Amino acid sequence: MFGLNAKDMRSLVFVALLLVLAPILLNPFPEGSPLAQFNAGYPDLMQRFAIFGIFAIGFNILFGLTGYLSFGHAAFLGAGSYAGVWMLKLLTINVIPAIIISTLVAGVFALLIGLVSLRRSGIYFSILTLAFAQMAFALAASVLTPITGGETGLQTSLNDPRILDGARESSNIPTPSLFGLEMGDSWQLRVGDWLWTFNAGYYICAIVALIGFYIAIRIFRSPFGLMLKAIKTNQNRLNYTGVSTRPYMLACFVISGMYAGLAGGLMVSMDPLAGAERMQWTASGEVVLMVILGGAGTLIGPVLGAGFIKYCENIFSKINKSVLEGWFSVFPDGMADFMVAIVYPFVGKGWHLTLGVLFMLVVIFLPGGLVQGGQKIGSWVTGRGRKKSAGAATTTPAE
Amino acid sequence: MGILEVQNVNKRFGGLQALSNVNLNVEEGSVHAIIGPNGAGKSTLLNCFVGRLTPDTGSAIFDGQSLLGIKPHEINQLGVSRVFQTPEIFTDLTVLENVMIPAFAHRDGAYKLNPFAHVAREAEIRDLAEHTLEDMGLQDKMEMTASSMSRGDKRRLEMAMCLVQEPKLLLLDEPTAGMARADTNRTIDLLKHIGETRNITKVVIEHDMHVVFSLAEKISVLAQGTVIAEDVPEKIKGHPKVREAYLGEAQV
Repeated sequence: MFGLNAKDMRSLVFVALLLVLAPILLNPFPEGSPLAQFNAGYPDLMQRFAIFGIFAIGFNILFGLTGYLSFGHAAFLGAGSYAGVWMLKLLTINVIPAIIISTLVAGVFALLIGLVSLRRSGIYFSILTLAFAQMAFALAASVLTPITGGETGLQTSLNDPRILDGARESSNIPTPSLFGLEMGDSWQLRVGDWLWTFNAGYYICAIVALIGFYIAIRIFRSPFGLMLKAIKTNQNRLNYTGVSTRPYMLACFVISGMYAGLAGGLMVSMDPLAGAERMQWTASGEVVLMVILGGAGTLIGPVLGAGFIKYCENIFSKINKSVLEGWFSVFPDGMADFMVAIVYPFVGKGWHLTLGVLFMLVVIFLPGGLVQGGQKIGSWVTGRGRKKSAGAATTTPAE
Repeated sequence: MGILEVQNVNKRFGGLQALSNVNLNVEEGSVHAIIGPNGAGKSTLLNCFVGRLTPDTGSAIFDGQSLLGIKPHEINQLGVSRVFQTPEIFTDLTVLENVMIPAFAHRDGAYKLNPFAHVAREAEIRDLAEHTLEDMGLQDKMEMTASSMSRGDKRRLEMAMCLVQEPKLLLLDEPTAGMARADTNRTIDLLKHIGETRNITKVVIEHDMHVVFSLAEKISVLAQGTVIAEDVPEKIKGHPKVREAYLGEAQV
């Protein structure tokens, strides 16, 4: 179906189920229970899961297939964000033009940066993209303040012209919507002690993420994708095989940049505010971490990596000292203080430390990322099953 | 008129005159060997035909078109394929994919940007790749990752990658270097077999005299950057200059 083989279809269905059921899956603990702080099923975070999933899928098309490590992908995210806010300000509060235009603007941006950066490969390519992204950040933060709002950022306001729907008189700044369906609209379902929130904005992000994932599968399975993998393996051979690698790399870079722009467009559609810090190198580094943590070059890895990092960022960082004291109150006094002192640096503001340790563990023990971890567990489980049946097979003839 | 005509090629690296006034005339459909002692300029000469190096002066005309100053992929698209001294393959991909890539490049040209086409639905390309692999005796290894193959198989794979493109001219840089005698003989048979079924002109750089004299129809002897003799194998064996420069040291 959809031109996919059975295995890819399973991945697509798996991701679709994850996205549809996320509000339930991410809220495994009943409301009000002490573990409820690990629930991640609130709209803001779920939107971020889907948006950063898109960002990571796009980054993986570049890095996973061709091995070209861009350190400036946040520039495309930022460009998309600004373009999206401008659409919301000038054209209409409907999110669709914002999402489309932000994707296109990021694509043009990627074309220009790609034309220059792709003249080099390896570390020089990384440095060139980093330089461009930092330039974009500096421009957005200061020089281009009239367009970008400088350090305060760009946001929608009451007296925006909004050519298509500006006539509507209201004392509130309108929130982005899809033909009247506001992104903040939510529908809550209470089952026993559990409270599930189904948010309109989240489901729009999820649908876009699913389409993005589908397109990524198709790219991976196309001759175009095969050429990109060949570029990663042996670019020299590919040249002597009659293939001009430049057009392939440029197309790949632009597609990847458009995914980032799409993510930026969705981000401002959910919350119409774009700031320059979105373009900073730390943001570019984060997507690299997501893809490597999840498993570069795999289809599902970037989605998992993005979810994992965003979960840690939002959940671990909420655990503060008093929460820890609550947890360890079962221990005797001195022991409890000791445990709190040990764990505290890894949570709350120190959540980066946890992430760093996890990242190191993954890179050392699972170079293929979380996906490889899943495969190892899978083969361990089925391998045990197979060993048992093999043992049964060898003993049967002896009887 | 030869299919590849090289005239007065000069190449200088700093103080070293690597090639001086090299002339070469390769007949269409023939096997032309280039031999010479180490450092004679054989590989330099080959690199001049494939776009890796540009000679300082001279010309190289293939099938009516100049090979100088154009890029490697453009030269390949004209119908020139190259087998490297150490196998250059796509090590992370499967053997079948390795052969499908050149087949795509042959059919679609230097690039075709269609992210929504299907590799799985390209039955024509797949069949072509599978047949070529069968010809090379690699039909049992098609799903293997190329990096896990033996060195001999990697060479055969690289040859399959070149042959699937049905080149007019095949350049082979020491196709048997580092091979055991049995493997060498197999490769000789393979190259002869290719000659019988397909009309491919071959230029072979080789050290192994056994290979050269069992394959070549014409031999150019290169020494210190100049061609000192170009003739049929029988005459090369007895050529006094060649004996002096090269064969005098080797057992023929």
